[in-house]
Amino acid sequence: MKDTKIKEPLFSAKNRKLLTAPLNKDNPITVQVLGICSALAVTAKLEPAIVMAVSVTVVVAFSNLVVSLLRNTIPPRIRIIVQLVVIAALVIVVDQILKAYVYNVSKQLSVFVGLIITNCIVMGRLEAFAMSHKPWESFLDGIGNGLGYGLILVVVAVFRELFGSGTLFGYHIIPQSFYDAGYANNGFFILPPMALILVGLIIWFQRSKNADLVDKS
Amino acid sequence: MEHLINIFVRSIFIDNMIFAYFLGMCSYLAVSKTVKTSMGLGIAVIFVLGVTVPVNYLIDNYLLQKGALSWLGPEFANVDLSFLSFIMFIAVIAAIVQLVEMVVEKFSSSLYNSLGIFLPLIAVNCAIMGGALFMQERAYETVAEATVFGVGSGIGWWLAIILIAAIREKIRYSNVPAPMRGLGITFIITGLMAIAFMSFMGISL
Repeated sequence: MKDTKIKEPLFSAKNRKLLTAPLNKDNPITVQVLGICSALAVTAKLEPAIVMAVSVTVVVAFSNLVVSLLRNTIPPRIRIIVQLVVIAALVIVVDQILKAYVYNVSKQLSVFVGLIITNCIVMGRLEAFAMSHKPWESFLDGIGNGLGYGLILVVVAVFRELFGSGTLFGYHIIPQSFYDAGYANNGFFILPPMALILVGLIIWFQRSKNADLVDKS
Repeated sequence: MEHLINIFVRSIFIDNMIFAYFLGMCSYLAVSKTVKTSMGLGIAVIFVLGVTVPVNYLIDNYLLQKGALSWLGPEFANVDLSFLSFIMFIAVIAAIVQLVEMVVEKFSSSLYNSLGIFLPLIAVNCAIMGGALFMQERAYETVAEATVFGVGSGIGWWLAIILIAAIREKIRYSNVPAPMRGLGITFIITGLMAIAFMSFMGISL
C-alpha cells in the first residue's frame, strides 16, 4: 500500500488544516472544553501565561508524536497508564528546564507545571487523535492544539494584566497622566473569578460569530 | 486540634479547588448537568482525594525528598529523588482510581452506570493531582494534616459541583442568549459563585 500512495507533501492542505483548525473552530478550550484548569490559574500576568502555553505545546506535540509511534504496540487495556508515563516523563523534562532557565516564572507557576500531566488537552488529544493517526500528523495536531490553547491564554492574560495592573510583561502601558486624571487599576481583574468571566465572554463572542458552534439544546 | 480544623475549613472554603484554583474544571463542566450524577462523582472525588493525599504524603516524605531515605542507612542520607515525584504521584493516583472503580462496580452498579466514562477520568482529574502537588508545596508536617487537607479539598470540590448542578438544572428553563447557552453561561455563573466564595477570605480559626 505504501508504494502505491503518492507521497504527501509535509505541509499539504490537510496538514495545514490540522494546525489552524484548533485556533478557532476547534479550539481546545472554548469548543472542546479541554484543559481549562491550568488555563485560568496562570493568566493573571502575561509572562507566566506565555511560558505555560509554550510548555503545554511542547508536551502535547511530543507526547502525540511518541504515542503515535507506539500506537500499534500499546495493548488497549493498559493504554492510559502508558500514556500517563509518556506524559509524566515529558513534563519532568519541561519542569527541570524551566527550573534551570526561568526560575522566577517556574516559582510563579508553582504546581501548574506538574498539572500539565493531568491537563485534559494532552490526554484528550492522545485518545482522540494520536492513537489513530500517523506520527507527523499527530505532531502537527499537537502543535495546533497547543497554539489554540496558548491563544486563549494570551488573550485572557493581556486583558487581566492590562486592566488589573496597567502593565504588559511588567512594563507600564497605561501612561501616568491617566492615573493623575483619576484612572485606577481594576484590582478585580487580578482575582480568580474574572478569569472565568473573561473566558465566558470569549465563548460568547466566538459563538456569536460561528452559528454552528451554538449549543442545540 | 484547632490547627487541623483550621486546615479543614481553609481547604473547603478559602482555598476551594474550583473557585480559587480552577482544578478539576473539565469534569466539573462535563458532569454537572444533573445533581444526581454530580453527587456520585463528588463523593468519588472526596474518597479518592482522602486516600491519595496521605499515601502520596508518605511516599514523598519517606522515599522522594532530599534526605528522606536516611531511614535506610546513613549512606542514603544525601539521595534526592524529588524529580520523580510527578511520575510517582500519578502512578499512585491511577492505581487507587482503578481500585475505586472496581469497588463501585461491585457494590453499586446503578452508580457505576451513571458515572460511566467519568470514573476512570478521575485519574486525570486535575483536582486529584493538584491535591498531591499542593500537599507537597505547602509541606504539611504530619499525616493527619495531609489527610484533613485531602478530605477537605474533596468536600470543597463536591460542594462546588453540587451547587453548579443545581443551578444548571434550573437555568434550563431560562431564556439565555443562544451563543451563551451551555458552556458560556456556566463559566459566568462559576465566576459569580467564585466571587461569593471570596467573602470567606481572611477567615482563620
